Amino acid sequence: MKFNLKVWRQKNANTPGKLVDYSIDNINGDMSFLEMVDVLNDNLVRQGEDPIAFDHDCREGICGMCSMYINGRAHGPQHAATTCQLYMRSFKDGDTVYVEPWRAKAFPVIKDLVTDRSAFDRIIAKGGFVSVNTGQAQDANNLPVNKAYAEKAMDAAACIGCGACVAACPNSAAMLFVSAKISQLALLPQGEPERNNRAIAMVNQMDEDGFGNCTNIGACEAECPKEIKLTNIARLNREYIAASVINE
Amino acid sequence: MWEYCGMARTEEGLTKALDLLKDLRESFWKEVRVPGSVSEFNPELDKAGRVADFIELGELMVIDALNRNESCGGHFRVEYQDNGEAKRDDDNYRYAAAWEFKGVDAEPALHKEELVYENIKLQVRSYK
Ligand code: SF4
Ligand code: FES
Repeated sequence: MKFNLKVWRQKNANTPGKLVDYSIDNINGDMSFLEMVDVLNDNLVRQGEDPIAFDHDCREGICGMCSMYINGRAHGPQHAATTCQLYMRSFKDGDTVYVEPWRAKAFPVIKDLVTDRSAFDRIIAKGGFVSVNTGQAQDANNLPVNKAYAEKAMDAAACIGCGACVAACPNSAAMLFVSAKISQLALLPQGEPERNNRAIAMVNQMDEDGFGNCTNIGACEAECPKEIKLTNIARLNREYIAASVINE
Repeated sequence: MWEYCGMARTEEGLTKALDLLKDLRESFWKEVRVPGSVSEFNPELDKAGRVADFIELGELMVIDALNRNESCGGHFRVEYQDNGEAKRDDDNYRYAAAWEFKGVDAEPALHKEELVYENIKLQVRSYK
């Protein structure tokens, strides 16, 4: 397959970037989007040009490192898939494909398609610890968990922290991410002692890092590769309000 | 590495691997071309550093495999076997080896961490 690519090239955070045209041929439809960029980079290195910097790690949809805004969509056109799980057969031969980095104030560009997502790490760090008793593990039946809650907690825990929700959101809100992390624990008895402090601290850090606020647009849910539900944001709001009252 | 320091190793193969690795290391450092510079975010430099590490690690594995004149666990030296069964030499090699880097092209120094078994008796493992 053959593609015309328009890729965002930016030297660093202080230099303005621009879209640069590349054409690439002999791409196998079963290559992932990242593999296609690998081939392009290989060509660039051979021509003595600077290869395109991009984030990647597991290449199997579980780490959340890959982060490309493809044809105006976070992680590209395929539903519920990360960039590494997006295959070139999803495009038509000869297509023009735009590739940009995540764009949000809280995710400054480091180089080309690589952005600094450490704001997410700071939010997670603010979430703090979860107390558990040490010593012998207690009998599982001592801690009954409603099956529906257990499943919702598992679904929320599927969030890989990629930041597509922020990139897709016109407010650059990180609410879907934060709500997934909050929900995963708020639905379970573990971590109950820190529940209120956790909600307040994570939301405060989210604001401090310059993320916007949710206005129920739903672009995050539509673009999330792990299909995190918008209802988690309702839970986050509930947790935050309840914690604000209780912590008064 | 697969060819000469794989599942079955011989003194001859390992010695050859050491020579090949030396050539590889030299040509790597002479011919490596890393795009970009050190003063910027540079994933290519990262990759080049990793390749350099792998070459070093490869040499280390070969040196250690050559030194260990026995067969033990994943280290099968063809010269040391009883009809295909690994032949250990507990008297001489009952230690974990740590090699100290003494500079490029200098022999590394071997430090031995003796293995002391208090509760079990060393025996020959047999699958027969
Ligand atoms: S909620 Fe979805 S889009 Fe947002 S960080 Fe988690 S996995 Fe990525
Ligand atoms: S590279 Fe890990 S999710 Fe894509």
